[in-house]
Amino acid sequence: MAAYETIAFDAAKCTGCGDCMSACAQVKTGSFEHASSRIQILPSANDGFELALCRQCGDPGCVSVCPAAALEKDGTTGVVAWDGTKCVNCLLCTVGCTYAGIAFDARAGHVTKCDLCGGDPACVTACSEGALRHVRSARIYSHYGELEDLFVPGLSGCQGCNTELLIRHVLRAVGPETVVAAPPGCIPGMGTVGYNGKTGTKVPVFHPLLTNTASMLAGVRRTYKRKGRDVTALALAGDGGTADVGFQSLSGAAERGEEILYVCVDNEGYMNTGMQRSGCTPYGAWTSTTPVGERSHGKAQEAKNLPLLMMMHRCAYVATASTAFMEDLYEKLAAAIEAAKHGFAYLHIYSPCTSGWRFPSQANIEVARKAVETGFVALWEYTPASGLRFTRSVDDLRPVDEYLEAVGKYRHLDAAQVAHIQAHLKKDLGLLKELSARGAQADPRALAT
Amino acid sequence: MLQARYLLVGSSHAALEALAAIRMHDAEGSVLLATRDAAPPYSPTVLPYVVSGKSDAERVRLRGARYFEEQKVALRCGSALASLDTAARVARFADGEQVEYERLLLATGASPAIPPIAGLKQVPYHVLRTLEDALRLRAALGSARKAVVLGAGLVGMHAAENLVNAGAETTVVEMQPQVLPGYFDAQAASLIAQAFGQRGARMLCGQAVISAAPRGQGFALKLTGGERVEGELLLVATGVRPAIDYLAGSGVAAERGILVDRRMRTSVANVWAAGDVAQAASFYRDAPVVNGILPNAVEQGRVAGMDMAADPGARDFRGAVPINTYHFFGRQALSVGVDAIEGGETHVQCDEAAGRYRKIVLKDDRLSGIFSIDAPFDPGIMVELVLRRVDLGPVKQAFLDEPRQSARRLMSQLWR
Ligand SMILES: Cc1cc2nc3c(=O)[nH]c(=O)nc-3n(C[C@H](O)[C@H](O)[C@H](O)COP(=O)(O)OP(=O)(O)OC[C@H]3O[C@@H](n4cnc5c(N)ncnc54)[C@H](O)[C@@H]3O)c2cc1C
Repeated sequence: MAAYETIAFDAAKCTGCGDCMSACAQVKTGSFEHASSRIQILPSANDGFELALCRQCGDPGCVSVCPAAALEKDGTTGVVAWDGTKCVNCLLCTVGCTYAGIAFDARAGHVTKCDLCGGDPACVTACSEGALRHVRSARIYSHYGELEDLFVPGLSGCQGCNTELLIRHVLRAVGPETVVAAPPGCIPGMGTVGYNGKTGTKVPVFHPLLTNTASMLAGVRRTYKRKGRDVTALALAGDGGTADVGFQSLSGAAERGEEILYVCVDNEGYMNTGMQRSGCTPYGAWTSTTPVGERSHGKAQEAKNLPLLMMMHRCAYVATASTAFMEDLYEKLAAAIEAAKHGFAYLHIYSPCTSGWRFPSQANIEVARKAVETGFVALWEYTPASGLRFTRSVDDLRPVDEYLEAVGKYRHLDAAQVAHIQAHLKKDLGLLKELSARGAQADPRALAT
Repeated sequence: MLQARYLLVGSSHAALEALAAIRMHDAEGSVLLATRDAAPPYSPTVLPYVVSGKSDAERVRLRGARYFEEQKVALRCGSALASLDTAARVARFADGEQVEYERLLLATGASPAIPPIAGLKQVPYHVLRTLEDALRLRAALGSARKAVVLGAGLVGMHAAENLVNAGAETTVVEMQPQVLPGYFDAQAASLIAQAFGQRGARMLCGQAVISAAPRGQGFALKLTGGERVEGELLLVATGVRPAIDYLAGSGVAAERGILVDRRMRTSVANVWAAGDVAQAASFYRDAPVVNGILPNAVEQGRVAGMDMAADPGARDFRGAVPINTYHFFGRQALSVGVDAIEGGETHVQCDEAAGRYRKIVLKDDRLSGIFSIDAPFDPGIMVELVLRRVDLGPVKQAFLDEPRQSARRLMSQLWR
C-alpha cells in the first residue's frame, strides 16, 4: 500500500496570523476571504490555535457516505478528490467527516475541501512561522516500498528496535549488486547473517571478525573491481565493532580511501552481549559495566566522537543520521552510495536501544527525535570539497533535559552530572559550528584542541 | 451450488461498507455479493437527482467493475434472495441459484410501504426507491401538469422539489401536522414548508387520503378534510418497510426490521444484518429502532463487516442517532440528534425574515440535538460530540453563541 503526503500542524508555533487562510482563499477562489479557505485556524480558549482541515484519510468517511460517487481517494496521490460534475449538494459528506475537513462554502455554492494544491500546498508556503509543514516522507516510503526488500522476512530484533527498519531500507537503496559485511553485534544477532547454513539476506553476506570488517570489505571490493564488476561493499556494523575493536582496520581503510560504504549503527554500547559500555557510550549513562550504585554513577568518561574522527580521515563522505529524520537519512544514503564508488563513505546512524537504554518499546523514534531536537545528537555531513555542513539547524534547540528524561539509563543523574553533560554538549556543538562556519577551509586538527 | 465464506445480500451502502471492512482484515476469503437490482451498485439517495437530471444515471454507480475484480468479489446483479435455510446455511435466490455460506449479511434495505387507501390499486402511481423508479418518474415529469405527492418525508420532499422545478402544479399531502417529521420541529418545518409554498406548491399537512379513483388520464383523491385533489402524476412516498420477504421460516427474528445486537448479529448464528433493514440499538432509548438514513447504513455495515471478518478491532455499534442534511431550493437544513428529550434544555434562535433558524438542545450540558436552517455547522462533528457525551459545560456560552466554531475547536482538541 502506498504512503501519502500530508500537512502537519504544530499548534505551538501558530500565531493565528491567518496567512494560510488568505493564501488558500486566494489560490482557490481569487479572493482573500478567510471563509472560503479550506484550512481553518481557530483561536482556542487557552490562547492557542486549533485546526479544521481535511486529513486525506486512509479510509475516508466522506467517501463512504457519498451517494453520488463524487468523492474518491486517489490511489497515487492519496488526495480525497471531489468531482463537481457528480456532486449533488446533499451535504452527506459533512456527516461523514469528524474533522470539518469538508464543508459547505456559501460563496462557492457547494462543499469544498483541501486537495493539497496538487502537491505544493499554498498554505504551507504562506506560513512563515513553521506551524504548517508539508510532510513528504511518504514519497520515500512509496518509492522504496516498490523496491525489493533484500532481507528475508522474520528478522528477530528486540521489540521496538529501529535497526530492522534501518537495514531493510538501507539495502533497498543500495540495491542487489552488494556484498554485506556484518561483524558481531545486534545486526547479525537478529538473523541477517542467517541460521543453519542459510543467509538472512538475498545478497551475499559474511560475518567478519570484529577486528577486520573494513579490511575484508576492501579486499572484496578490489576483487570485484578487478573482475570488472561494480559491486558495493557495504558494512553494517555496530558502534563497538566500529569505534573500539574494529577501529584499526576501519582507520586504515579510510586513510587508504578504500571504496567502501561503511554504516555504523550506534546504539552506544555492546547491547546484544549484555549492554556493556563501549567507546561510544556517553558520559553518565548506565550500562552493565558502568553501574549505578554507591561509588559508580554511570560512565565516567566522554564518548568518542566517531564521525568527527572519520571526518579527520578526510573520507570522501561522512555524515550523521537518525531514523527520526528519514528524508535526511535518505539524502545522505544517496550521497554515501555515490561517494563509495570512488572513496570511503562513512554513515553514522544513531539508534536508540529499546532493551538497553530503558525506555518503552514504542518510544524508539520519539527518543531518536528528541536526541536531535535537543542537540544531544547533531545532523551534519562532510565532503572534502565543501567541508562540514549542518543538515538540521542547531540554533533553536530544546533543553537537553527533555532527552535525558526520556531515557532510563540517565534516570540516576544528579544535577552536577547534568551540568557536566550540558557543558560538554555546548563545547562539542561549538566545535561543529566552527567547522561548519569555516567550510572547506577548516582544518579540523587545528580546531580540535 | 455456489459457495462463499462471506455472502453479502444487497449492493448499497450497508453491503458495500461491510465489504470494505471485511477486505481490510481478510484479503482472500471468498466474497459473493448478490443483489436484486439489475443495475450496478447505486444509492437510493441520489435518485431525486436522477429524476431532476442533475445526475447522469450512467455516472452514479458507487463502485465500478474493476473494484470488484480487484477486491476478488463475485458480483451477482438481478438476483433476489428468496428464502433462507439457516440450519444448512444455504441461501436460495429467485433465479434458482443456491449459495452455501459461512457468514451471511442481510443488507436488503427497505422498499416503499404502500398505504391501505381504498382504490389506490386502480390508480397508476409512482414510487421512488430504485433506479428504474427514478427513470420512470423522470420520463413522466415532462408531461404532468398537476402532481400530487403523498408523504412529506425525505423522499416526498425531494420529489416535490423536482416536480415544482419541472413546472408542475404540485400538492403535498402529509398525515402528520408538519413536513419532515422526526427530523425537524414544527417551527423549522414551517420555514421549509413556506419555501415550498412560495414556489407555488400546496402543502397539506395533517391530512390523509381516504380514497383514490381514476379520473380521465389521471386520478382524484379524497382527503380527510373533505377536499378533493386531482392530478396526472401521483407519487406515493408515505414511508418504507424493510425488505424481508425472504425471512419466512428462517428463524431470524424481526419486528419493524431484523433485530440485531450491537455487533449487528441477528438471532441466528452466522447471520448479520445492517442498514435500513435492521432494527438496532438507539443512542437515546432502550428499545431498538430502524434508523433509515444513509450514514447509519454505512456505520452499521462497517460494524457488521468487521465482526464478520473477526477483525480484532471490531467494535460495538454506538447506537442510532437521527441525522439529516437536507438541501432545498439552494438552502440547507441540518439536523443531528433529538430535541424532545426529558430534562432537556432548549435554546432557539430564529430570524423569521431571513429564514434562519437554529435550535440547540442540551441535557446535563451534553449535546442532545442541534437543528438549523441556513445556519451552517459540521454535522459529523456534532454527531461525535453527541456520541462521546462531551461535556460542554466549560464552553457552554461559546457553544450556544457559535456552535460551529466552538465544536470545531473542541474536536480539534479531542483529536490531539
Ligand atoms: C429518494 C430517497 C432519498 C433519500 N435521501 C436521503 C438523504 O438525503 N439522507 C439520508 O441519510 N438518507 C436518504 N435516503 C435513505 C438512504 O438512501 C438509505 O438509508 C440507504 O440507502 C440505506 O442503505 P442500505 O444499504 O441499508 O439499503 P438500500 O439502499 O435500500 O439498499 C438495499 C439493497 O438491497 C437490494 N435488495 C433488496 N431486496 C433484495 C433481495 N430480496 N435480494 C437481494 N437484494 C435485495 C437492493 O437492490 C439494494 O441493492 C433516501 C432514500 C430515498 C429513497
